[in-house]
Amino acid sequence: MNKSDLLSLVPLWILSSAAILNFFSISIRRNHKVIVIITLVSLVVDFVFLSTYSIRHQQAVEPLLVFDGFGIFNIGLILLTTLIVIMMSYAYFEQREERKEEYYILMILAALGSCILVISKHFASLFLGLEVLSVSLYALIAYLRKRERSDEAGIKYLILAAFSSAFLLFGMALLYAATGTMSFQGLAERLTAAGEISPLVWCGFGMFTVGVGFKLGVVPFHMWTPDVYEGAPAPVTAFIATVSKGGMIALLVRFFSMVQGHQFTLLVTVFTILAVASMFVGNFLALRQNNIKRLLAYSSIAHVGYLLVAFLAGGQLGTQAISFYLVAYFITTLGAFGIMATLSDKERDAELMEDYRGLLWRRPLTAITFSAMLLSLAGIPLTAGFIGKFYVIAAGVRTSHWLLVFALAINSVIGLYYYIRIIAVMFDQRETVRTSEELRPLVYIISSFTMALLGVMLIWLGVHPEGMLMLIRDTL
Amino acid sequence: MILLWIILILMGGGVLAGIAATWNAVYCRIIALASVVLATILILWIWINHDVSLQPGSTWITDIKLQWIPSFGISFHLALDGLSLLMLLLTSVLGIFAVLLSWNEIRYRTGFFHFNLLWVLAGIAGVFVTMDLFLLYFFWEVMLIPMYFLIGIWGHANRQYAAYKFFIFTQASGLLMLLAILGLYFVHGSRTSVYTFDYFDLLATTMSPDIARWLMLGFLAAFLVKLPVVPFHTWLPDAHSEAPTAGSFILAGLMLKTGAYGLIRFAVPLFPAQAVEFAPWAMLIGAVGIIYGAIQAFSQTDMKRLVAYTSVSHMGFVVLGVFAFSEMALQGVVMQMITHAISTGALFVVAGALYERLHTRDILQMGGFWKRAPFMATVSLVFVMASLGLPGLGNFIAEFLILMGSWSASPVLTAIATAGLVAATAYSLRIMQKIFLGKDTHAPALPDLSLREKLVLVPMAIVIIILGLFPQFIIDTARPAVVRTLPEKEAIHALHNQHNTTQSPTGGMLSAKGGNHEQE
Repeated sequence: MNKSDLLSLVPLWILSSAAILNFFSISIRRNHKVIVIITLVSLVVDFVFLSTYSIRHQQAVEPLLVFDGFGIFNIGLILLTTLIVIMMSYAYFEQREERKEEYYILMILAALGSCILVISKHFASLFLGLEVLSVSLYALIAYLRKRERSDEAGIKYLILAAFSSAFLLFGMALLYAATGTMSFQGLAERLTAAGEISPLVWCGFGMFTVGVGFKLGVVPFHMWTPDVYEGAPAPVTAFIATVSKGGMIALLVRFFSMVQGHQFTLLVTVFTILAVASMFVGNFLALRQNNIKRLLAYSSIAHVGYLLVAFLAGGQLGTQAISFYLVAYFITTLGAFGIMATLSDKERDAELMEDYRGLLWRRPLTAITFSAMLLSLAGIPLTAGFIGKFYVIAAGVRTSHWLLVFALAINSVIGLYYYIRIIAVMFDQRETVRTSEELRPLVYIISSFTMALLGVMLIWLGVHPEGMLMLIRDTL
Repeated sequence: MILLWIILILMGGGVLAGIAATWNAVYCRIIALASVVLATILILWIWINHDVSLQPGSTWITDIKLQWIPSFGISFHLALDGLSLLMLLLTSVLGIFAVLLSWNEIRYRTGFFHFNLLWVLAGIAGVFVTMDLFLLYFFWEVMLIPMYFLIGIWGHANRQYAAYKFFIFTQASGLLMLLAILGLYFVHGSRTSVYTFDYFDLLATTMSPDIARWLMLGFLAAFLVKLPVVPFHTWLPDAHSEAPTAGSFILAGLMLKTGAYGLIRFAVPLFPAQAVEFAPWAMLIGAVGIIYGAIQAFSQTDMKRLVAYTSVSHMGFVVLGVFAFSEMALQGVVMQMITHAISTGALFVVAGALYERLHTRDILQMGGFWKRAPFMATVSLVFVMASLGLPGLGNFIAEFLILMGSWSASPVLTAIATAGLVAATAYSLRIMQKIFLGKDTHAPALPDLSLREKLVLVPMAIVIIILGLFPQFIIDTARPAVVRTLPEKEAIHALHNQHNTTQSPTGGMLSAKGGNHEQE
């Protein structure tokens, strides 16, 4: 590793040092504000530094990592998402009694793990990134210890994630045994050289798929999603839904494009089945949910299914579609969970349908923003989600994946039903007695600002996506 | 630019009306009214200032093209010809009536109601002028969500069910259209390496008949469900009967017309050969729709459901006429779109007025209202007569032209469709019989139409009479668009031969006589 390699790793250094800085800061004096400011500043600095990289930057840090346009784009996305999650978290934790400072260290480390994931080109760095992410998440999910369901969620995630990591690890080991290499590039070369694919490699790919499937929460590895979404604090749920899943998708895209996974019909078939199953099962299970967190969990399963459509379409258009969809989905999910966080009180999160009844008449702006987020999830014009869905469908139609595209179209309709149901509840006229207590002005300003920002970005991307499209096009 | 302004005025008016309602509901109504009136004035201004050419093949009246998402080849392309102009005018005028209708009916959430109303109108207006297929889908969706809210929030007892049903039917079919649009986009792109959603570029796309057939089905799905034709009509009676008066009015008057417009503007010109191929089936479902709708209408007791089924019947004529591929039938379709919007819209207004007074839509509980509300009865008589196709009223011209034009394409189906007119007489007279004639058994007071209601119904009655007596100006205005829609004559002849009909030189005869035929 030479000097220029070290230099290109600066975004990761900044994150690591921010975590350490937070450690020291806590050991001197616990102060929520200071920690938040350190975290925010380091994320901003990191992003600013990253934006000095040319989007066509191309540098491999042999043998583990590669900095290219796609990686830089995704790191940028992860940093901004984490930034917004931190802003949400400040407002959320400020109202709560528990010790909140360590939360930010874990959050930074999780972001670091995800960043490593999206630039790794080797099984070792993949596993490293994944474990840094997962281990932080175990603690983050169970962070509010006094709540009854948070332990359950934490333990569930711990066991299942460890289990899936084991699968992943075993899959890597099998692939290594068969080919003698752990880098994606090397794997591709050995596989093409070998011509025929041995059962050992298939086993390896199978195990790998199981591990990745767990992290993504695709059907049939989706069981943890609703419980974890429900038990985790709202900002952490937002983080899992965006950074954790998005990082894994980006990794999958890189892995598949490097080992030319689209040439293995069996693998493509397996992912097609996973995609279709995720769409249908996710949407059907969401139909009858009355808990909005669980509903969004099932909807996220379906959305991963949509993403897999673009993933299976492959090629430039497919990858662009994934990038755009991720951006749109991140904004939308952050907005949805952010609003949930602002409506939550000390005891519990605002997660039941009843908490939202008549919201439009109590807090009109919040309700309108939330409606916009839901419409974006449903893929209705004027929102970013529409352009994202359009892009995904375009990628699918381009490569004539008609089964997937039809499944997507049918599921959009099913999905619409339950998103609209929430909106209808918010617009319901029955007056409710329950009023949320007044937040402190600073907290209120920060959370309103964050939500307004997300709402504006959502509409902006829906009305004028050209800038983002060009940026994504340049990264590839 | 003026087209953009019309849409922006409607959208902006909606937002302003929504905001204004937080202070005062009356301001909100005034703003909403002002914006639709302004839009109407702009459209009339276009009509007066631009010579709407009578000759086929003339250029577009106005045309505006702005870049929107160039990396996908999506532009904000709006254009206006005679057909669009008529539809746009219909939209804004019915928009004025819709605002007036809701003046007293809508008492809560006024701001949100008017926001939705104006956005529906904006979406519909957008569909009528868009020349970019992406934009078409965009507007198609824009009119959907507000309509869902109009039904779901301000509707009658079973509104949630009706709203969901409406939404799911139209959304699902819309998505099929999106798939077809994308398919067309990529087929055209791979042939010419120009990736664009522009209507004019996509018009002459060459593709294999198989692909074209599937793509056309995607478009047809959206338009036929919206129209609606018979197997896909079940959302309509529910949506119509549960929606508030203004909602039913817009649904029947305008939203169904977007389906008919889509057939004329998009489905047929984009896939002419496949449309000709599909024509016998389409005419068949059109004829089935005419009869089925009429029979259903006759057996309803709910006034709004009854009128809704008459729509199904009347829209059958539209399908029949579009797929007959003669200029005369298409002229009839355009006429039908306008006259049906007025006559059926007006019947919904009457139904709404009765509901407001009696709190029931059951016609069995009505009767003998002629004495108590003579004005209402007289106006209703005009629209009921229009609906059954009495000569001298607009609907007669429309249905007569359609039947004339369809005869050469399929005498059998035309004969069946004509039988539908008999059924129309039956159900229309039943409306009069049950509500305004017979024994008066109803106790509560029944005030006659208010000034505001007269302000809506009287102009509509006048228009329907004018259209019946002097239809020529509509025919002239729509002519260039109609002629542009017709597929090549050879293709039509092939179709006719296939059906063993008389080989009369229909195309030539009709174009020689033009639309002047019925100017007696």
